[in-house]
Amino acid sequence: MKTVLTVLRKDLLLELRGLETLPAMILFAIVTFVIFHFGLNRDTIDGQLAAGVLTVTLLFAAMLGINRLFVAEREQGGFDAFLLAPVDRSALLVAKATALFLFLVVLEVIAVPAFGLLLLGPSLGPALAGLIAVLALGDVALAVIGTLVSAIAVQTRARDLIGPIIGLPLLLPALIGMARGAGPLLVAHGSSGPPGKWVAILALYDVVFALLSYAVFDFLLED
Amino acid sequence: MLRDVSLDVPAGSTLAVLGRNGAGKSTLLRILATLLRPHAGEVRVFGEALPRRGFAVRGRLGLLAHDPLLYRDLSGRENLGYHARLHGVAFERVEEVLEAVGMGGRADEPVRTLSRGLVQRLAVCRAVLHGPALLLLDEPLANLDPAATELVSPLIGRGCGATRVLTSHDPQAALAEADLVLGLEDGRAAFVTSPDKVDAAAVKRLYA
Repeated sequence: MKTVLTVLRKDLLLELRGLETLPAMILFAIVTFVIFHFGLNRDTIDGQLAAGVLTVTLLFAAMLGINRLFVAEREQGGFDAFLLAPVDRSALLVAKATALFLFLVVLEVIAVPAFGLLLLGPSLGPALAGLIAVLALGDVALAVIGTLVSAIAVQTRARDLIGPIIGLPLLLPALIGMARGAGPLLVAHGSSGPPGKWVAILALYDVVFALLSYAVFDFLLED
Repeated sequence: MLRDVSLDVPAGSTLAVLGRNGAGKSTLLRILATLLRPHAGEVRVFGEALPRRGFAVRGRLGLLAHDPLLYRDLSGRENLGYHARLHGVAFERVEEVLEAVGMGGRADEPVRTLSRGLVQRLAVCRAVLHGPALLLLDEPLANLDPAATELVSPLIGRGCGATRVLTSHDPQAALAEADLVLGLEDGRAAFVTSPDKVDAAAVKRLYA
């Protein structure tokens, strides 16, 4: 746990200093909402369409963060320095996934209200608690799978290409779960909570990939 | 690629590895540092077989490579603090090594703003922070002026107390530091001998 906090603290400090990832993710999400606004030629959207627009935007914004997650480790020797330390290597996975999860939370704190202002018809208020639950479960999937994919992609020369090519298919079930879970919440007088089936699928997907990532991450760090 | 390299380095001694660019010097150091997995053969560090027992070795060795292994957007003190936490070293040790290399006054500047020589001093601090028993030194004096070389000498020089494996493109300087010399030619051991028995012509051939 101490190692996880050490790496996480370092990652957050690096992001605060460089501001390379989060501003890009946030700007991308807001610009995408504006593009959807004009592309769909609609002032407001709701229901499943709104959920689709929101989750697809968050997914693509997350890809920006995923692509950059291990760049400092690769380019500045962070991998070697970590591997030379007498620590559990899976701490790097947990720390990176936690950092990405926190980036996604910050992104959503800004992007979801912006979505409510720019595109969403119904008020966000009644849906907020359910939406937070769905997004949190989706964020865990994005963070865990994104960390795994990023660790693979960063070892290749075409990391900006490999990330989406491997990551998007793996993230598709999570995207479906998030969209289906959020859809009933984003209608006027809609459901107060997300559908249990999709919440369960998201949670199961999170657990499966968390275990899978824990099992294989050590091998990804081998040169 | 390394082939037919076989030698023992006694504890507390210094092995100098000579050879031109691409001869395999850095590869040898990375294998000893547990960062590269050998495809065949046997490598033992502190009697522990690598890579299987790598976890028993990490933390007891320090690597000073071409890359300083420092984050450019963090200051020297922040970088060393990070490494100290990873190695379970008290923060007082960070100040101790910073003072030793004359970096106490500039340790709060981002690494990206420092000259190569100052970054190399910080890299020396990082490599010795946890008091390793084995130092793997790849061109350790690169970018250091004579005054800085003198400053880092107690930490990575002959008197530091650690077993050392060092590479250098300067054969004379390396021979002066060594108890044992390995000449590498295209990944193969051209000679393994004591410094006083090194044939000048053989050394010249290594760099031809």
